[in-house]
Amino acid sequence: MTDSLLSGPEPDPAGDAGHAGAPPRVGFFTDTSVCIGCKACEVACKEWNALPEDGLTLTGMSYDNTAGLGASTWRHVAFIEQSAPQPPVPAPEGRTVLPLAEDADQSAGGDLRWLMSSDVCKHCTHAACLDICPTGSLFRTEFGTVVVQEDICNGCGYCVPACPYGVIEQRPSDGRAFKCTLCYDRLGAGQEPACAKACPTESIRFGPLDELRERAALRVDQLHAAGVPQARLYGHDPADGVGGDGAFFLLLDEPEVYGLPPDPQVTTRDLPAMWRHAGAAALSLAGGFALSFALPAVLRGRGRR
Amino acid sequence: MTGPDRPGDRRTRRSRKGEELMVPRAEFASYYGRPVIKAPSWSARDIAGYFFLGGLAGAGSVLAAGAQLTGRTTLATGMKVSSLAAVSLSAAALVHDLGRPARFGNMLRVIKPTSPMSVGSWLLSGYGPAAGAAAVCAVSGRLPRAGAAATAAAAALGPAVATYTAVLAADTAVPAWHGAHRELPYLFAASATAAASGTALVLAPPRETAPVRCAAVLAAAADAAAMRAAKRRLGMVAETYRAGRAGRLLRGAELLLGAGAVTAALGARRSRAAAVTAGLALLAGSACTRFGVFAAGIASAQDPAYTVVPQRAAMNPSGGPGPGPATDRPDGRTEQQASD
Repeated sequence: MTDSLLSGPEPDPAGDAGHAGAPPRVGFFTDTSVCIGCKACEVACKEWNALPEDGLTLTGMSYDNTAGLGASTWRHVAFIEQSAPQPPVPAPEGRTVLPLAEDADQSAGGDLRWLMSSDVCKHCTHAACLDICPTGSLFRTEFGTVVVQEDICNGCGYCVPACPYGVIEQRPSDGRAFKCTLCYDRLGAGQEPACAKACPTESIRFGPLDELRERAALRVDQLHAAGVPQARLYGHDPADGVGGDGAFFLLLDEPEVYGLPPDPQVTTRDLPAMWRHAGAAALSLAGGFALSFALPAVLRGRGRR
Repeated sequence: MTGPDRPGDRRTRRSRKGEELMVPRAEFASYYGRPVIKAPSWSARDIAGYFFLGGLAGAGSVLAAGAQLTGRTTLATGMKVSSLAAVSLSAAALVHDLGRPARFGNMLRVIKPTSPMSVGSWLLSGYGPAAGAAAVCAVSGRLPRAGAAATAAAAALGPAVATYTAVLAADTAVPAWHGAHRELPYLFAASATAAASGTALVLAPPRETAPVRCAAVLAAAADAAAMRAAKRRLGMVAETYRAGRAGRLLRGAELLLGAGAVTAALGARRSRAAAVTAGLALLAGSACTRFGVFAAGIASAQDPAYTVVPQRAAMNPSGGPGPGPATDRPDGRTEQQASD
């Protein structure tokens, strides 16, 4: 147990987890600048993974009635309405723009800016849920992703508050914890995950993480050059608090606007310090009692003298 | 909530009714005011109750060993029985809180130092039988040597059982717990000592409880000091320790522990009634500390401010503008500040 395995850059999490000759680490790059909020990813995920219905409610949150990620929602499309001009987002390179879309006036919305973003489990390099799982139910796959083994999970619920993104959750009707598997079954068959397959605008891109990071850096430069200074990557940096995300994003506003933490930290980074303090506290407890037994005896001895 | 917050609106935190805001106002953005992290679905009765009972059991075993070494037999037997009862109830609470109670055995499937819950499961599976053997030998009077060995083993593991639960809570993304990860183990050690001392004052005759009275005073003082240090470290997140249910419980804990320690120090030597009163106050105070810390954690997880504002503050320690290209916003809105 070294510090580099608890926090900081870790180039090969699958290898460190004991997978010899693992395939390259894969992940998602979600480019929210081309998301149209169709929710095909949500539907494809529910269908492929046979996730149960988890509430048909009207939230009053724009077009978002899914509300957030949870035990039975592994892709969630956020809708954010802002009173700001729509930025001139260019089409990604190599994309054919149909004549109809070419004619559409991007500023037709006036002063309404609509941000849409498909959120998902981040498959962290340093995954707190995996670190703290007491049963070993959560594990690192050969693809570098993080998956729950449902035949082992006993529903202790410890992973739920450990996740700095609020992704994993216990299903009340079941008791066990569930989250995105990055379609582990499809990856094993050489297929891309259902959400990426279904995304009509390629806002969700699946592939080897190194390639996705290169592609994302180019896309941010393209957006900055086109006059969209708000574009920024989120979760792409291997030096960040979780060692970089396996699923990272291009955002058009600050992360917290999308419900994402601005600077998440893997909680186990501080675990060595916590164990040291717990050890010192345990010794103080024993020492306190030793003192309590010694002190009255000493005082009584003096009183007799 | 009266209505959804608009995402991206900079919400200014207002002080709640009758409570003074302890830190400067900070603006932050959120997604319709929804929490960023998920609060644990643990029930307060089971898990805060376990924090209390585990502390009572662990510290009680240390007290029992001290009493046995110094020939205080009533105290020793009483604490052994109380530790066995507390650790049995703990195990029941822990199994009851599982989403799949029938799979509790999976807790011993692996040994994982990165999981405080795994470490705790192994600790309890060593400590529980030791505490049980110590109590059975003391009550039956059989196998005194085995009883002494079990008493020593329980006393060796007891302090760890009493304090590891602080790591269990702190090793999460819950701001009120993780932010206080340096102080919580000491707070839990003090609270456990108070609970064990309280039980001892109720169970043992005054002629045997001189060390217990001393420990009670130490525990109350250490509890207050650790809680003050935790609040100082937490900054704006300390609001969750002062407001609402957590605030009421923790103020109650302070009063009960103070009153219990004073009564124990001044009255418990002569009057059995005063000793029992002091003991019950210490027990109640210890329970209030654990349920209060638990409630503060839940409150801090449910409000995105306690996740977003401290993270922003850590990113911009100078309080300067946020990172990167967002500073020149085309919409003219102010760049959000971590805190003023």
